[in-house]
Amino acid sequence: MARSVRNQKVRWHILVFLAPAFLVYTAIMIIPLFGTMQLSMFRSVDNTQVFVGLGNFKALFGDPRWSESFWNAFVNNSWFFLIHMLVQNPIGVLLAALLSSNKLRMKAFYRTSIFVPTILSFVIVGFAWKLILSPIWGVAPSMLDAVGLKSLFAPWLGKEEYALTTLALISVWQFVGIPMMLIYAAMLSIPDEVIEAAECDGVTGSSQFWKIKLPLILPAIGIISILTFVGNFNAFDLIYSAQGALAGPNFSTDVLGTFMFRTFFGFQLQLGDPNMGSAIATAMFLIILVGVSIYLFGIQTRLRRYQF
Amino acid sequence: MKNNGNLINASTARTIAAHAVLITYTLIALFPVVVILINSFKTRKAIFKSPLSLPNSESFSLVGYETVVKQGDFLLYFQNSLVVTVVSLTLVLLFGAMAAFALSEYRFKGNLLVGLYLALGIMIPIRLGTVSILQMMVATDLVNTLTALILVYTAQGLPLAIFILSEFMQGISDDLKNAGRIDGLSEYRIFGRLVLPLIRPAMATVAVFTMIPIWNDLWFPLILAPAEETKTVTLGAQVFIGQFVTNWNAVLSSLSLAIVPVLVLYVIFSRQLIKGITAGAVK
Repeated sequence: MARSVRNQKVRWHILVFLAPAFLVYTAIMIIPLFGTMQLSMFRSVDNTQVFVGLGNFKALFGDPRWSESFWNAFVNNSWFFLIHMLVQNPIGVLLAALLSSNKLRMKAFYRTSIFVPTILSFVIVGFAWKLILSPIWGVAPSMLDAVGLKSLFAPWLGKEEYALTTLALISVWQFVGIPMMLIYAAMLSIPDEVIEAAECDGVTGSSQFWKIKLPLILPAIGIISILTFVGNFNAFDLIYSAQGALAGPNFSTDVLGTFMFRTFFGFQLQLGDPNMGSAIATAMFLIILVGVSIYLFGIQTRLRRYQF
Repeated sequence: MKNNGNLINASTARTIAAHAVLITYTLIALFPVVVILINSFKTRKAIFKSPLSLPNSESFSLVGYETVVKQGDFLLYFQNSLVVTVVSLTLVLLFGAMAAFALSEYRFKGNLLVGLYLALGIMIPIRLGTVSILQMMVATDLVNTLTALILVYTAQGLPLAIFILSEFMQGISDDLKNAGRIDGLSEYRIFGRLVLPLIRPAMATVAVFTMIPIWNDLWFPLILAPAEETKTVTLGAQVFIGQFVTNWNAVLSSLSLAIVPVLVLYVIFSRQLIKGITAGAVK
């Protein structure tokens, strides 16, 4: 009786609790997202917005002036992501595996120090590495000289063939703390009985890592991969701080974020174009959506089986 | 006995190897920061002559800091960053906790749907809506105000905050809340008096996660609030360093000024941060 009365009464407090978050989120995040998609279907003709359907996308993928830049940015972006996956995750796993061994001293010190770059802003990181790698200052060349490898030095950020990889490695340097921490946490959550059982069966050391621990931390590696994917395909700050909006040398470090920024705001003699900027943002949205869907429906459901 | 000795040797060797790897990586992680900091206290000549040595009585100089203090309005930028970060953080925590409470405490139609809708933002970056956000801010005359940044960062921080906080709130016992209801507390009081104090540790985690990207963001300050009086530290440092590319003292000093506050905060909160990351992931 009381229950049915309660159900019929409008529970205003639920609305009050939900409203602020719901409104701010909808107004600033969701509506602009759809607004951007809508803008991408218009073009400005004589200062009025004309509906062109998928015309902007046709230009983006069909017109060589646009499509070359787009695919250049896309390929660079994929390479940027690949380097992260190949370098950041193995280093993260290695560091986490070392940190999670029981008797190690100074754990807290290592953890805290290795995480320091992650809290710094891209601007600081970009400039700091630019200075260190600069041939003018000579910190990098003189250090290489000290180990007899001076001949290897090149102005990495200034060479077309190295600049993107260098930036990706700088980004790995900055963010390796995150996979390290998440995998470390995943390793701590492996029940002691599992490890003890393995030890009773004589599975120790590196074979214990490969056969027992690695399969159990795969879900954590999956989460890190998707976070890295979203972060990388949305990257802008580091490249903008280190190489500027033109993503030099000769657009060799251009990623989708810098491409969108340039298109939207214009640069040098080219005027800004909000509609094309929106089209690029929509393309980025679709790329991220595809990646996230592959993870959610393809990878995560399979990884679940390993969880406790 | 012999076997035992071998085992100990093997494990000592392994420990030494582990320390060696970790120390190497720690050096790699800290080296650039240390190089920037020590060189910011040196004369121009010493910066170039011996970049890796500590400043001594001969090479010590504060000329870079003097330039920075004279030219850049870093105090104002710092204040802007602080206002934006603190206000956004407060709003994210308050609104986030309220929404998380509604989603985890009450059963109502559309509960799951609203939860999924709010969680969408964890995966989709808010930057993709930038073009529309800027148009909206222009239309409402909010360009070059800190309010614009606060609104954007609040929206950006909410999804993850709601997600983490509702996980935590599900763990709070119903008995406590029902006892409150029997005593005649309103739902608002139950939230404010009983639940909020209990989720304080989770709030700290969310706070750290929300704070770092806001403080370090370059994109939105650059697009929404590039005016001199609304520049944040990150944007200020970016512009300032861009102007002084050839003045190495000034560049190094301004980098140091941007690093130190974050570093100090990190050292104070690092325990909380690490606990937060590991607790969140163990779930």
